[in-house]
Amino acid sequence: MAEKLTLEMVTPYKKVLSLDVDEITAPGAMGELGLLPGHTPLLTTLKIGDLGYKQDGKTFHVAVNWGYLEVGDDKVTILVDTAEKADEIDLERAKAALGRAEEALKTLSQEDVDFAVMEAALQRALVRIKVAGER
Amino acid sequence: MPSLKDIKKRIGSVKNTQQITKAMKMVSAAKLRRAQEAAVAARPYAEKLQTVLANLARREEADAHPLLVQRGKGRALLVLMTADRGLCGGFNANVSKAAEQFIRSNEHGFEAIDLMITGRKGNEFLRNRLGENIVKVHENLAANLSYKTAALIGQEIVASFEEEKYDAVYLIYNAFQSAISQVVTLEQLLPIKPEGDLEEAGSTDYIYEPNRLEVLSQILPKMVEVQIFRGLLESNASEHGARMAAMDSASRNASEMIGKLTLQYNRARQAAITKELMEIISGSESIK
Repeated sequence: MAEKLTLEMVTPYKKVLSLDVDEITAPGAMGELGLLPGHTPLLTTLKIGDLGYKQDGKTFHVAVNWGYLEVGDDKVTILVDTAEKADEIDLERAKAALGRAEEALKTLSQEDVDFAVMEAALQRALVRIKVAGER
Repeated sequence: MPSLKDIKKRIGSVKNTQQITKAMKMVSAAKLRRAQEAAVAARPYAEKLQTVLANLARREEADAHPLLVQRGKGRALLVLMTADRGLCGGFNANVSKAAEQFIRSNEHGFEAIDLMITGRKGNEFLRNRLGENIVKVHENLAANLSYKTAALIGQEIVASFEEEKYDAVYLIYNAFQSAISQVVTLEQLLPIKPEGDLEEAGSTDYIYEPNRLEVLSQILPKMVEVQIFRGLLESNASEHGARMAAMDSASRNASEMIGKLTLQYNRARQAAITKELMEIISGSESIK
């Protein structure tokens, strides 16, 4: 039997995932990273993005917010603020949020305090729409 | 000796009270279940974060990050978590008294200790005794507690620590043990003392991305937020547990009282009947 990675994903509210997977792709702070069994111990922060994992040939996607990821002994622990599986995403809401964020960004200048906030909101909405599209 | 009517009235009023306490107990029981689930669900996150942090901090110098540095004994901040509502036994009073004691005894020898309170009751309790120490009060947090609310408080605390307004931050709250037992717990929030199992951490050397300090500086403030969030959840669960226990004993006291009053009522009724009988008999005797 091929080796597997044990994936655990937790948010402050609950344990989202706890299962064995073949492969993980995560949105690391330094860029997209792929994890296979036997990976060196690693600790990295995560950006807002699309986290994918492969189980029995099928790929699943989760939209994650800020967090970080730890690899050690074929055990992957992911701590994130929010995590939404593809089938939990409300596409309509994400699209509405995208529209709102785009509108707001047009009126704000780069120095505004809200600029970063709205930019993050925009990214979240984009990731949600992307992940929802891959269910 | 109260009249029959008076006793009857009192029985009625005690019964009404009992109905209310019973209803409150049921409501608390339902809320307790939800609050307890939330508190339990939040534990894995906090525990994982603790392990990762312990792993990380052990490889760093003690003063690698401002939030880890032990500073002098200047001002300290105590965060007190209480409920917004009363009728829950000694829940609010116990934790508030412990906070008051912490400030009065000042074991660690700080120059001054300020107080931040969550929950209306803690403020009411301490307003008159330590009014000048209270710097901030957060109310109505428990009703729909989200991580965001806790994060905001956490950020506020971290900011005031970084500005060197405070040299240490402590947290005092009711930790949830079981539905009937809450333990007043004091924790040090800042500077962060990394704890955790040395064994578990092992000797594995991690690759850090982007780098160790960057990761550390993201995780440390998170730790404070998570501790606040967890404290609020635990305190909330404890509150409902305490209220349930208090209302349960109130209902029991009410039934005891109803029993006593009923006995008194029956006695008074019996006495009245006997008196009437005696009057009738003596009346008929005198006619003979």
